[in-house]
Amino acid sequence: MIKTEVTIAGVTFKNPVMEGSGTFGSGMEYSEFVDLNKLGAVVTKGVANVPWPGNPTPRVCEVYGGMLNAIGLQNPGIEVFCERDLPFLAKYDTKVIVNVCGRSVGDYVEVAERLSGEDRVDMLEINVSCPNVKEGAIAFGTDRTCLENITREIKAHTKKPVIMKLTPNVTNIAEMAMAAESGGADAISLINTITGMKIDIERRRFALANKTGGMSGPAIKPIAVRMVYQASHAVKIPVIGMGGIATGEDAIEFMMAGASAVSVGMMNFVNPYATVECVKGIEDYMTRHGIEDINEIIGCV
Amino acid sequence: MMKSKTKGTVLSQSCIAPGIYDLKIKTTLASDAHAGQFVGVFTKDASALLPRPISICGVSDDKDSIRLVYRVAGKGTDEFSRLDEGDDVWLLGVLGNGYDISKLAAVGNTEPARVLLLGGGIGIPPMLELAKELKAAGVNAVSVMGYRDDKAFLLDEFTAYSDTYVATEDGSLGTKGNVLDAVRENNIAFDCICACGPMPMLRAIKQFAGDKPAFISLEERMACGVGACLGCVVKTKEVDHHSHVNNARICTDGPVFDASEVEI
Ligand SMILES: Cc1cc2nc3c(=O)[nH]c(=O)nc-3n(C[C@H](O)[C@H](O)[C@H](O)COP(=O)(O)OP(=O)(O)OC[C@H]3O[C@@H](n4cnc5c(N)ncnc54)[C@H](O)[C@@H]3O)c2cc1C
Ligand SMILES: Cc1cc2nc3c(=O)[nH]c(=O)nc-3n(C[C@H](O)[C@H](O)[C@H](O)COP(=O)(O)O)c2cc1C
Ligand code: FES
Repeated sequence: MIKTEVTIAGVTFKNPVMEGSGTFGSGMEYSEFVDLNKLGAVVTKGVANVPWPGNPTPRVCEVYGGMLNAIGLQNPGIEVFCERDLPFLAKYDTKVIVNVCGRSVGDYVEVAERLSGEDRVDMLEINVSCPNVKEGAIAFGTDRTCLENITREIKAHTKKPVIMKLTPNVTNIAEMAMAAESGGADAISLINTITGMKIDIERRRFALANKTGGMSGPAIKPIAVRMVYQASHAVKIPVIGMGGIATGEDAIEFMMAGASAVSVGMMNFVNPYATVECVKGIEDYMTRHGIEDINEIIGCV
Repeated sequence: MMKSKTKGTVLSQSCIAPGIYDLKIKTTLASDAHAGQFVGVFTKDASALLPRPISICGVSDDKDSIRLVYRVAGKGTDEFSRLDEGDDVWLLGVLGNGYDISKLAAVGNTEPARVLLLGGGIGIPPMLELAKELKAAGVNAVSVMGYRDDKAFLLDEFTAYSDTYVATEDGSLGTKGNVLDAVRENNIAFDCICACGPMPMLRAIKQFAGDKPAFISLEERMACGVGACLGCVVKTKEVDHHSHVNNARICTDGPVFDASEVEI
């Protein structure tokens, strides 16, 4: 019998496969394709204290081996989220990680406090790294001191375990991982999207209305693996790895680099069954290599 | 029916006008495909990952296959144009809300209602299945299709389901001008409009419809096609029930919208 359970900050996941925030709604849309009970966790779209309208369109475009997005964190706000999305997720036997976005420390704290009383929420993932909002969220994620302070502030206002989601748009990812750890983060997740740009040469225009967008998909995977490796070796807290994961083999690669769990992001759009196929792929790999406990391979390289 | 990603088999493909292809695919998705809905078509090129949204142009009578008519616009559609009988093609579907035929039948003061179908360019294919479904439901439809020139693909097929008029930009067929010029020239009376075509045409139609209902089919860049990524939104007049902001998702709340409800 193989064991795929992993534990992060006291929360035990039945397997290490989740999906990347923003690529899966609140699970509802993809529940037509996959049995959410089979996932380690559902990670929700970023939610703020109030509804956000997001950016103008076009918000997405395809690039070689991936895509750019500048959704701008459109979300219905925390109240609707708690009234509609949490009860939906309560029907499933999976962990729930709520991704939180904000424009100021106060915004984040408000959402974190609001979620403290929600039993259905297992962990918070703090998006301090979205490259698509101008109001400053990115600053929290690119400045060591800011990151450490905001982590400490959020930790002070919630009992839920906190995952800080790191941006790859920094020179030294290990430093940022350490800043989150010293701020008291229970775990870190990475990578968020890499800032990119595409120009429509036929129309002499930016492909995205926002000009820049976050790149995701298989094309960014080697960068993500490298950063997961560097970050996980710089801190003691667990790391959740993501960036271009499509298969069980990809997931294993991230885990060998040091990730305790992994997320499937844009590849859900390409293969709506990608998450469950990843779980199956991990199990197949373990059987093929005689691995009894998935924890054996975490950071094994 | 539940959405799925499934492998279809090409039954036939032909070029019906310069750069315009007519593709018939045997697929289980056909059993629940309707006018106004679309499918995501996948390329075999791993560098071009996202599904290409293409409208349902027809569903076979035995509900066994769908017909897609598309224009070669880039990498993906260029690859599709080389598909041949027997080839596999992966589809995501069926996506979006199509036209509500019973609502169209009940619209307006006349009995039976007169539905005006307006299609422009590559917006024409989805109107064909709509014309067919309206006819089957006993609704009177008048089709007015607008082309650039006399390469008027699908036009003859509309005549089987509806009175049919044509407009061409160069005047080589029917009314010289756009579909609205043809509606005016022929004094076509209607209770409501269903339209698909380029944005300037849809804007003009929204204006032209005045107080009468107009249902328009919108396009936007898409990623997931299933309502998860929030990439494909259109601004709405009222706060949308799902998003709680003034944005609706074209892929799931549309692509067919009541023109009075969207800001275009
Ligand atoms: C709901 C809907 C229904 C459609 N129905 C039809 C149809 O029946 N027939 C038809 O010919 N075309 C239709 N289109 C447009 C069609 O999706 C694009 O022409 C096609 O995606 C182009 O792909 P490509 O790889 O050839 O072009 P590329 O430019 O190489 O595509 C690059 C990326 O941009 C996207 N893209 C490019 N143009 C468009 C566009 N106009 N709309 C949305 N995405 C685009 C592609 O999907 C791809 O992700 C429809 C679009 C939508 C949104
Ligand atoms: C359309 C889209 C929306 C996203 N929205 C969010 C978000 O709301 N919050 C967040 O922390 N990350 C968001 N992300 C980032 C992903 O969760 C993930 O970190 C990134 O895409 C890299 O993984 P991937 O290559 O597997 O997609 C989004 C990504 C995409 C493609
Ligand atoms: S394409 Fe993702 S929400 Fe419409």
